[in-house]
Amino acid sequence: MILALVILPLVAGLAAFGLARSALRRGVLIGTAVAHAALTAACWASPPAPALAGWLALDAAGLLFLSITSGLFLVVSFYVVGYLGQEANRRATDPEEGFLFDNAPEAVFIGCLLLFLSAMTLVTVSQHFGLLWVAIEATTLASAPLIYFHRHHRSLEATWKYLLICSVGIALALLANFFLNVAAAPADSGGSSMVLSHLVASAPSLQTPWLKAACLLFFVGYGTKMGLAPLHTWLPDAHSEAPSAISALLSGAVLNCAFLGLVRMQQVCVAAGLGDFGRDVWLALGVVSLVVGAIFILGQTDYKRLLAYSSVENMGILAIGVGLGGAGAFGAMLHAVNHSLAKAMLFLLSGNILTRYRSKNISQVRGLLAVAPATGVLWMVGFLAITGTPPFGLFLSKFTILKAAFDGGHVWLAAFFLAFLAIIFIGMTTAFLGMAQGEPPKQTRRDRDLWWQLLPPAVLGLLVLWLGLAVPARLSGVLHQIASTLGGTQ
Amino acid sequence: MLTVNLILVLVVLTNLKLLGSSRLGASIRVVAAQGVVLGLLPILAHLHELSLRFALLAAGTIAIKGVVFPWLLFRAVREAEVTRQIEPYVGYVASLIAGVLALGVSFWMCTRLPLPEGIASPWLVPVSFFSIFAGLFLIVSRKRAVSQVLGFLVLENGIYTFGVGVTARTPLLVEAGVLLDVFVAVFVMGITIFHINREFDHIESDRLSTLKD
Repeated sequence: MILALVILPLVAGLAAFGLARSALRRGVLIGTAVAHAALTAACWASPPAPALAGWLALDAAGLLFLSITSGLFLVVSFYVVGYLGQEANRRATDPEEGFLFDNAPEAVFIGCLLLFLSAMTLVTVSQHFGLLWVAIEATTLASAPLIYFHRHHRSLEATWKYLLICSVGIALALLANFFLNVAAAPADSGGSSMVLSHLVASAPSLQTPWLKAACLLFFVGYGTKMGLAPLHTWLPDAHSEAPSAISALLSGAVLNCAFLGLVRMQQVCVAAGLGDFGRDVWLALGVVSLVVGAIFILGQTDYKRLLAYSSVENMGILAIGVGLGGAGAFGAMLHAVNHSLAKAMLFLLSGNILTRYRSKNISQVRGLLAVAPATGVLWMVGFLAITGTPPFGLFLSKFTILKAAFDGGHVWLAAFFLAFLAIIFIGMTTAFLGMAQGEPPKQTRRDRDLWWQLLPPAVLGLLVLWLGLAVPARLSGVLHQIASTLGGTQ
Repeated sequence: MLTVNLILVLVVLTNLKLLGSSRLGASIRVVAAQGVVLGLLPILAHLHELSLRFALLAAGTIAIKGVVFPWLLFRAVREAEVTRQIEPYVGYVASLIAGVLALGVSFWMCTRLPLPEGIASPWLVPVSFFSIFAGLFLIVSRKRAVSQVLGFLVLENGIYTFGVGVTARTPLLVEAGVLLDVFVAVFVMGITIFHINREFDHIESDRLSTLKD
């Protein structure tokens, strides 16, 4: 079952490279996405057996992030099919600088997209730290060609930064893996020492200096991929230049995969009695990310970069939640789900806006509600959701983290958290309200939105709303299970 | 022990050569040579417990780092018809001085960590740290995309030195996965360099500076 989850998109992706007819390729994409989601749903019904001698297994954290990835991919794949119907295999004019460029071949795009799903699935089911590393690096490599879909110099720059910065970061995470291996060497009993459950069980006998060094390098390595400031520099470029559906997957799924890598590390740290050491680093990185996100959101002129910096901010909130531990960790996990859904929704809508206005500049986009009422309304719903306005899910998760900060006696942190959330709210309000209202430019297209432009973001919006009204008991149980492995006062 | 130390000295010297070198072709050859020398490390570091696993790892490393990567990079350089200069942000003498300082810091750092028992040479850990520092320095101080890939390879070689020399128990599947990932990474980087070349008529990554806040 677990193997099927990884192998299905892998095989489909390799096949998509060879398929000649585009209808068939798109069919394979949708079919794989549906089958993958169905398999994931089956994992909720009955927990799958571990595979490969316990190297692949689905624990609570894996199940949560697998579900986010799979669900998001399913929704986004419908958007991608509609998008490719318009964009594939044609020359296009760059909306900002007016030159002509080609798009990447559709076979490469769909093939890489499916390989990307396979790599992300492997991240969520890996229990072995080495295999986890291989999978996270694979997500970088499979997604780089996706960012370079529009073949022009800006996307090329973004792709190069993404490849180099993330590869270097993840290379340092490999060093962290070796450090972890050295830390575990005295307690080693045959090659299983890098499996999570084994590490947690033998944690008290791990060598502390090596474990601390490994922990810091994991933060640098996977923190780069997760987009924690000050290691986030690739993130706004890649998110703003990639096709919107890819931005949605990058923000909603890839950042979470790297987050999962760090969560695994924290689980080992907690078991080894270094939970406080790890939590301090989480808090520091989280606070810096919140500040950097707020600074660049204020006065941002590009709405896709605005959403990207909002991702940096939200990754900071996740880090603060885990850093608080206990109820904060519960809130962080809930926030990961909510943020994925809301941010993917907004990125998909930003694609609609970009095709209509031919500009990524916030000041060029005016009168969205008049020109495209459906996209406009959803855009405002997304704005309310991402800023954490009730009754959306993000309100609940941010509130949980805030409450954990107060309960834990971190009054200054809580005040700081609230202040920066308020600053970010102001920055986002200025941008979003300005885009929704006003007099639209004369040459703006006024035709109606297509179903594939509206349905996927609407579904995501409904899910965020649902999570704000009631967290299902099963989900809540899984979140509690994860939080209990992350330490802190429960 | 002696042969392992000899390899480590060669690694240090190749790193210093890279930091001070102004020629792209020579740098690619030096990195290839470093890859081949390091390919021998898994055999020499574990002479007493030699197995098929280490032989396979050595063969794979030498083939990929000594043959495939130089071929890929020379291709990228030739098709890009770049001038042979490396064009650093930081001068060669300053780079060398930084390199020597990094070497000192690496040896100092290792006095602070409890070294694992049964390690093939006490120099393994400091030399691997030095390669990592040198690789990072090359990435940030050189303008050309190809030079940055070379820096990435030196960084990876440093991590590999640590992995092979210090941790004996990494399973083959993971090692193969790591090697595959590095291979694909350099392959994708090579393709990207080719596109950068076509787009900009030359491959200086400092031209990649449109996107910023």
